[in-house]
Amino acid sequence: MARICSLSVISPGFLSTVQDFGRFHCAHWGISPAGAADPVALRLGNSLLGNPPGAPAIEMTLTGGSFRFDSDLSIALAGSDFGPTLDSTVIPIWQTIFVKSGQVLRCGPTKSGARCYLCVDGGINVSPILSSSSTHVLNSLGGIGGRPLIAGDVLGCAPHHILPHGNLLTVKESALRPLYRCGAFRITPGLQSDLFSLDTRALLSSSPYIVKEESNRMGLRLSGPSLGSGIIKEMTTEGVSLGAVQVPPDGQPIVLFVEHPTTGGYPKIANVALADIHRLGQCRPRDTIRFQFVTHEEAFFLLTKQERLLAPDQCLLSTP
Amino acid sequence: MLSTGPLFPRIQQASDHSFMVFFGEGISRLHHRNVVRLFRLLRLQPNRATRNLHPAYSSVLISFNPLLTHPNDFRAYVHELVERLDMVELSAPRVIEIPVCYDRSLGQDLEFVAHHNGLTIEDVVRYHCSVEYLVYFIGFSPGFPYLGELPSNLASPRLSSPRLSVPAGSVAIGGSQTGIYSVSSPGGWRIIGRTPMKLFNPDLDPPSVLEMGDLVRFRPIALTEYQQ
Repeated sequence: MARICSLSVISPGFLSTVQDFGRFHCAHWGISPAGAADPVALRLGNSLLGNPPGAPAIEMTLTGGSFRFDSDLSIALAGSDFGPTLDSTVIPIWQTIFVKSGQVLRCGPTKSGARCYLCVDGGINVSPILSSSSTHVLNSLGGIGGRPLIAGDVLGCAPHHILPHGNLLTVKESALRPLYRCGAFRITPGLQSDLFSLDTRALLSSSPYIVKEESNRMGLRLSGPSLGSGIIKEMTTEGVSLGAVQVPPDGQPIVLFVEHPTTGGYPKIANVALADIHRLGQCRPRDTIRFQFVTHEEAFFLLTKQERLLAPDQCLLSTP
Repeated sequence: MLSTGPLFPRIQQASDHSFMVFFGEGISRLHHRNVVRLFRLLRLQPNRATRNLHPAYSSVLISFNPLLTHPNDFRAYVHELVERLDMVELSAPRVIEIPVCYDRSLGQDLEFVAHHNGLTIEDVVRYHCSVEYLVYFIGFSPGFPYLGELPSNLASPRLSSPRLSVPAGSVAIGGSQTGIYSVSSPGGWRIIGRTPMKLFNPDLDPPSVLEMGDLVRFRPIALTEYQQ
């Protein structure tokens, strides 16, 4: 029989939302997918609990929140290290944790990247909107009332396990290292690559770009050498892809992220490869990033390689 | 195959997880009909890897999961549908009337649009309500219809700096286009009025009142009727 459990939000931190893999098949209504900014971390966190890979979890941003568990429950923290403690005892990330009813999880400012996921046994239970539990912050859609979590919110879950026990799992260091490599973001040529000179394209792949403060789930605004010289052609509005590197008239590129508008009119010089999208979700304001052009075939190869790494028998370690 | 020139239709890989089909350049009803045809076919004969369809003025972007269907196979699937567009018969469009209150308290840029085009506010309202608009597509934000064609004497430049929040229902002009902010969102178009009609509701299926290919007619209403 299913157990109904819950956890209460004591404080939400900087920005915490309920996220799954996103809301698909809705772009023709003007709705972009939203979903986890780091879907790899969400997937790993869920696999530590035996959940479906995209089970809804709480995505915390830059500074984490505090949560009280109202039932015994298995949880896992995945993504960046937000210095989590359970009743003041430091606990590890990337590992199954068994919590007791009444215990309090506290997360603080990040010690590494931008996002950390709090996954719970069975996933966070909210009413799906258009087949997804994801919060689209900009469009006020999904999650809890279409908004970020606030103090006092109570989130339910229906654990698979009658008692919070079972395998204690950890994610192997040898899997995390390649999944969260520090190198350049791989990009493929964009739809309007040809509008940009070879020199401009070389500039994009040879220069550091800084992630600006205004970046959010809609897009990462970058600052660096201008890519704008000579782009005067007015474009007819067209569909845009997750990860598109678009160049507005000021020449400072914007990487479209999970809450991007579904259509746009700026030329796209490149597109971040799917295998590196999750690393975009870990970029913090003021981080410096670099780009490296690859072919579509290479990008596909990177994705299949990543998929093999994410197989549970490859990335998880069972501890007695 | 419905050709609209030697270079079209053209299939181009947009990213490692999307393909774009271009039917031509610019905005035309001919391109629009091809967009609708392809969109219908993509829905009638779905590929299991398809994640999203982004129809626009003269193109359709199709995003997919490359782990479910190899990109080469997905391109072949799209190519096959593009070859069979002439099989799709387009039905007669629906005509939807949308009440709009063109009061200065709701259309904060009415005066700008009138002044910019050397018209009175009454002229702006009369011209804006004088034609039937085609919903070219829904894009940008939830339920936002891109409508054409705007009478040319109403064209007005966008704001140089977009507003952080435009109220839901705002009817606006951006360049030579007109549209409706169906939900509250940031926006840089000139606002000339507001409709009390709820055009987007995520709890309904479909969530958007308007769909690509519909015809829209605006009916001016008084502030008292809007407030009811």
